[in-house]
Amino acid sequence: MTWTWFHRLASPPHVYALAARLTPWFAWPAALCIVAGLWGGLVLAPPDYQQGDGFRILYVHAPSAWMSLMVYMTMAIAAAIGLIWRMKVAHAVAASCAPIGASFTFAALVTGALWGEPMWGTYWEWDPRLTSELVLLFLYLGYMGLRAGIEDPQRADRASALLAIVGVVNVPIIHYSVTWWNSLHQAPSVMRLAKPAMPFAMVAPLLLMLLGFTLLFVALLLTRLRSEVLARERSASWIREVVTG
Amino acid sequence: MSGPESHVAHALAPVATPLALGAQPAHPARSASAFEAARLALRRDLQLAFRKRSQLVQPLAFFAMVTLLFPLAISPELSRLRELAPGVLWVGALLASLLALEFLFRDDAHDGTLEQYALSGQSLTALIFAKTLAHWLLTGLPLALMAPLAALSLGVGVAAVPGIVAAVAVGSVTLSLIGSIGGALTLGIKRSGALLSLLTLPLSLPVLIFGARATQLAIHGTPFLAPLELLGALAVFAITLAPLAAAAAVRISLE
Repeated sequence: MTWTWFHRLASPPHVYALAARLTPWFAWPAALCIVAGLWGGLVLAPPDYQQGDGFRILYVHAPSAWMSLMVYMTMAIAAAIGLIWRMKVAHAVAASCAPIGASFTFAALVTGALWGEPMWGTYWEWDPRLTSELVLLFLYLGYMGLRAGIEDPQRADRASALLAIVGVVNVPIIHYSVTWWNSLHQAPSVMRLAKPAMPFAMVAPLLLMLLGFTLLFVALLLTRLRSEVLARERSASWIREVVTG
Repeated sequence: MSGPESHVAHALAPVATPLALGAQPAHPARSASAFEAARLALRRDLQLAFRKRSQLVQPLAFFAMVTLLFPLAISPELSRLRELAPGVLWVGALLASLLALEFLFRDDAHDGTLEQYALSGQSLTALIFAKTLAHWLLTGLPLALMAPLAALSLGVGVAAVPGIVAAVAVGSVTLSLIGSIGGALTLGIKRSGALLSLLTLPLSLPVLIFGARATQLAIHGTPFLAPLELLGALAVFAITLAPLAAAAAVRISLE
């Protein structure tokens, strides 16, 4: 067992080529899963006995919400690797994660609001999960703002990496305090999905969508990573070979 | 050349000496312990602050101003204002401490003091903690002492005063520490005010929640110890970790 493959991950040309090679292996399965999941969720699954067809937005909402957290974790882990081992490619991964994560978070908020209108009669409810999700969006925006605000790229990498780690330590604290705040201030008015009785025809498309969104994230990340590496290495000689050759 | 200013320079000399002698940071001629260095840094910041009293007063005036806005915007009825008082007090305190963050590192980054700290061979974490402590003594504590006045003007009874002082005093410790991370990260960014608030406010939400809760309970005359203890837990957690992160952020900013 050698570690060459790991050390080669620190080399931008290698990562650039690897990302290009891997992208279709994630993009096509992602497309398949999402098309199948949407078909299963929007057409095959029976309407919910309480929520009717409105519940179907779940098939976009839940995977988006799931990805919003997972992308943040990926970003923080990549940032920590970059900060500890001074690995430039890891910083590039973290930088590529942020806009994707912010988009998933935004999608989760918008679909949540659209779901809330027919279900709760209001677009916005100060539900702990919605509030935490909104705070997460601000964490992403702060991360991107800090990165954009610092001109020196290495300083931007390291400062935003530290911020991502500080954020990860705080996410559970924020989440639990928001939950605690809500349980004190407001009677639970949120209608939950009927937990035990989610039939297979409803669950299977959801799992497919979760898988599809995860694969989609990897495919997007690899694509963004390539452009990030190109931008960072724009004065390197291997770029010329890639672009002209 | 006498008086506090030269006294400060003299007092800090042990910290700065290794650099002046050109010694390597790895093998400093340590003439002061980390505790001693922190104490001196704390005293320096306090003395400098008392030279510029207007800076001390500004956050307090801002806090009073925010408190004034709410009766004008909502209603002069004390019964309604009393219900809103915890929120008004905590949003005001949060914004005032955010405003005061500008003074935490900026001057020292401009005149090179932070670089001297980083090169002094002393624990930067201890020095940053001392600076943050000074910041809390100069903004958090005065805010805590002023919060009851603002509360009384909103129709809150005198009985709630101890609870409000305790909650703002303990909560503002965490706010100062979170702010030290944000302030250190945004060093060297021009017009960083909006970015600084975007970085620190989401992290400050737990303080806001528990602080407002403790204040609310105190106003209603019910035991407020539980949220106060949670505020204390947040403060202890922040004291343990935030100076490390802030010192790392200062080092990154100085690179």
